[in-house]
Amino acid sequence: MRHLLSAGDLSRDEATLVLDTARELAQVSSRSVKKLPTLRGRTVVNLFYEDSTRTRISFEAAAKRMSADVINFSAKGSSVSKGESLKDTALTLQAMGADGVVIRHSASGAARRLAGWVDGAVLNAGDGTHEHPTQALLDAYTMRERMGRLEGLRVAIVGDIRHSRVARSNVLLLHTLGAEVTLVAPPTLLPVSVGTWPCAVSYDLDEVLPKSDVVMMLRVQAERMRAAFFPTAREYSRRYGLDRDRFARLHDDAIVMHPGPMIRGMEISAEVADSPRSTITEQVANGVSVRMAVLYLLLGGSESAIGNGN
Amino acid sequence: MHARKHAEGGSTSSTAAGPPSRADLGDARAVLEGPEINRALTRIAHEVLERTKGATDITLLGIPTRGVPLARRLAGRITQVEGRAIPWGSLDITMYRDDLRLAPARALGRTEIPAEGVDGRVVVLVDDVLFSGRSVRAALDALNDIGRPRAVQLATLVDRGHRQLPIRADYVGKNLPTSVRETVTVLVEELDGRDAVLLGPARPRAGRAGSAEEEES
Amino acid sequence: MTHNPTFLIRGARPLGGDPADILIRDGRVAAVGAPAAGDPAAEVVEAHGLIALPGLVDLHTHLREPGREDAETVASGARAAAMGGYTAVHAMANTDPVADTAGVVEQVWRLGRDAGHCDVQPVGAVTQNLDGAHLAELGAMADSIARVRVFSDDGMCVSDALLMRRALEYVKAFDGVVAQHAQEPRLTEGAQMNEGVVSDRLGLAGWPAVAEEAIIARDCLLAEHVGSRLHICHVSTKGSVQILRWAKSRGCDVTAEVTPHHLLLTDDLAESYDPIYKVNPPLRTAEDVAALREALADGTIDCVATDHAPHPIEAKETEWSNAAMGMIGLETALSVVQHTMVDTGLLDWAGVAERMSATPARIGRLSGHGRPLEVGEPANVTLYDAAATREIDPAAMASKSGNSPYRGTTLPGRVVATFLRGTPTVLDGKIQ
Repeated sequence: MRHLLSAGDLSRDEATLVLDTARELAQVSSRSVKKLPTLRGRTVVNLFYEDSTRTRISFEAAAKRMSADVINFSAKGSSVSKGESLKDTALTLQAMGADGVVIRHSASGAARRLAGWVDGAVLNAGDGTHEHPTQALLDAYTMRERMGRLEGLRVAIVGDIRHSRVARSNVLLLHTLGAEVTLVAPPTLLPVSVGTWPCAVSYDLDEVLPKSDVVMMLRVQAERMRAAFFPTAREYSRRYGLDRDRFARLHDDAIVMHPGPMIRGMEISAEVADSPRSTITEQVANGVSVRMAVLYLLLGGSESAIGNGN
Repeated sequence: MHARKHAEGGSTSSTAAGPPSRADLGDARAVLEGPEINRALTRIAHEVLERTKGATDITLLGIPTRGVPLARRLAGRITQVEGRAIPWGSLDITMYRDDLRLAPARALGRTEIPAEGVDGRVVVLVDDVLFSGRSVRAALDALNDIGRPRAVQLATLVDRGHRQLPIRADYVGKNLPTSVRETVTVLVEELDGRDAVLLGPARPRAGRAGSAEEEES
Repeated sequence: MTHNPTFLIRGARPLGGDPADILIRDGRVAAVGAPAAGDPAAEVVEAHGLIALPGLVDLHTHLREPGREDAETVASGARAAAMGGYTAVHAMANTDPVADTAGVVEQVWRLGRDAGHCDVQPVGAVTQNLDGAHLAELGAMADSIARVRVFSDDGMCVSDALLMRRALEYVKAFDGVVAQHAQEPRLTEGAQMNEGVVSDRLGLAGWPAVAEEAIIARDCLLAEHVGSRLHICHVSTKGSVQILRWAKSRGCDVTAEVTPHHLLLTDDLAESYDPIYKVNPPLRTAEDVAALREALADGTIDCVATDHAPHPIEAKETEWSNAAMGMIGLETALSVVQHTMVDTGLLDWAGVAERMSATPARIGRLSGHGRPLEVGEPANVTLYDAAATREIDPAAMASKSGNSPYRGTTLPGRVVATFLRGTPTVLDGKIQ
């Protein structure tokens, strides 16, 4: 069984297969019977150590639309909160015969560790500040639907890159798919070795905006301000927030994305978030289709069609 | 697109949604060529018109991959006769197959339902080869999740026998007696550069688990 | 333990030189030289082809007792040390309770003496309960029967510059040395691994090289200013090496150690997220490894110390960020040094003896250890088969913990025998 632990696990062909499959599966969501029998008899466990209602619901909807049996295992109020280790939880899931485990965890690498302890396919639904590959897939899907292509697409990712699993997965996946990524952030919020990443880097949002087809705004948490990554929310917002004036510098076809949850007034103004060129609600809908595709390609056949073979 | 080969199930050669390779046909002989296929399709078009009394509310749905161009051609022929457009589309059955877990996860074909939908209409499923009947069973399930047609009929270019389910075709281009282990391959101009039905020699190995459909793509 | 006062070690090669017989009697080396008739009463140890080294001395060992006897005890750690060819180890102070009083260091000292497999020399904490704020009773520990000479808050850095200055000055009264765990705490909050390309990709908080180098630079300047001895624990970066080289050239009385794992392993091992590779200071880059080897060869780094850090299974079978830092090393140290320094031509066996026995004994002021293999010296001898290879199996080790990063790998060399003052603690590769 293969796993999806990192966006880097996907070759260009595999990533394209996920997006093409998601596109077919998107139709299911508009039918009266929003269900396919494909994963009947398969068990998918949602193992969520972090509160993330959006991602959990998205995976749950995806698995249920594929007719999988879904078991939600959240850390709160479970044996986990009584101190059970990830490994013991893994052995429990193993004994329950989980075919797939979707894991969200605050520790980078938790999905990778889990994959070493269970036989089923592991889907990384966000591990610490490492990766969130299905978010990157749904972002790429949204871009391709809106812009018609990914090859040569100019994507600016703006915000707390250093602590962002979304940014890491997007840089890897978009590079694989031929897009040109520019990371925009104050130097404090960029990793020290960002120069080795397959993307460009800028500290100046105003310079990057006119040359971008897609602008992806990342959430900036207030705790970063307290740790002196930037002086004040006001200064951050002035230099890196997407407000109406900056929005006007984008060319007319450019779109604005946000993985959510967003902080209106901090990294994005309300009018930009609600603009028709913002894809924020589309991203949520696309998330279900992309996750259906990933579940199908990992669990649907005798062996997985995508992912990490370890 | 991924064109994946797989050895299981005794299928002809490939399973992918894109035009799969049909190169290794060296030993196969043509039992039907372009002109005969054209005549067969024309005949089916007339039969459909007759059976449905003018085809006023029919919708043609091809089963990917090669049922789709056949459905398009049938729609064209009926349109020529009747002078009005006949809705046609495609219905992918991958997610409904009963042998999904016998092979690696495969790419999906397209499902395109015409704007009229399927509710209350006479849906004619179009496939290239009718064999065990399992593809048609999957298509009926898929159709059921999309809507409620008034009636469902089946058109196939080749019926090679060996049914494993109580399914029969309403319109058949050619009945082709075969042994279970022979291979039947349909080529269509749109995907393969020429029209032909090829009969291949018996497979050395009876790989059929009684579940895989012969013509699955 | 069997006790035979007389042994004749036949055909071993002292420091890798020409074969010689070594006669051990009454705990001392009685004769070294060409094959001799020897003592007819002596038990003969055939050692043809084996290398004879002075018993190894570790400046940096975590024995975990008191407090974490589930991970290691003084007795099990002493056995592991003997199996690794050691005759003396310095037991670090970060136990529970912390070895910050004469009472605790004397307890550890007695446990070591009772264990018998290896001399256990306690290290005293610099500050009370490792709080980094209040000096511990360094003089009382020095005056105790444990005769503490090495003081360290290892695991924590003495980051307060003024406190560090006072400690450096204070221990001069009894010829002590402060062994600094160089880690600027603010630069390493939440740190999980070396900060660089790998940590950025893995999304693990970085432990930048500068956090080590800045403290080393500061402490060298402080030690020079007050005229004190300073020892730097587990140097791990190329920059640290450059600073040490500069400080020594200025005449600063600084010594430094490197661990075997920092001579071999690199930070890309964290790609597996297996915390068996999680250690403090973290594994660094190949460039750092090369600089450390060179520095150990040219004397910029004075000695090898294991930083043997046992942890129970559950502390490692977990997510990386929840896992404990550290790896065991006593039973693989000599093999790793052979692999990285001898087999590469950077050091000969005399150089190994200098860096793993004589120098650490001198830094720790252990008069009975690190002596040459000469007549009249204490018979602390390690016999080592450098031609052997072995697959590392932590389950077969004497340590109570199995957190070895070399599990399943093959390393050269094997300790065949260890003698502590004439008594074999290991013979035929088996604990006695």
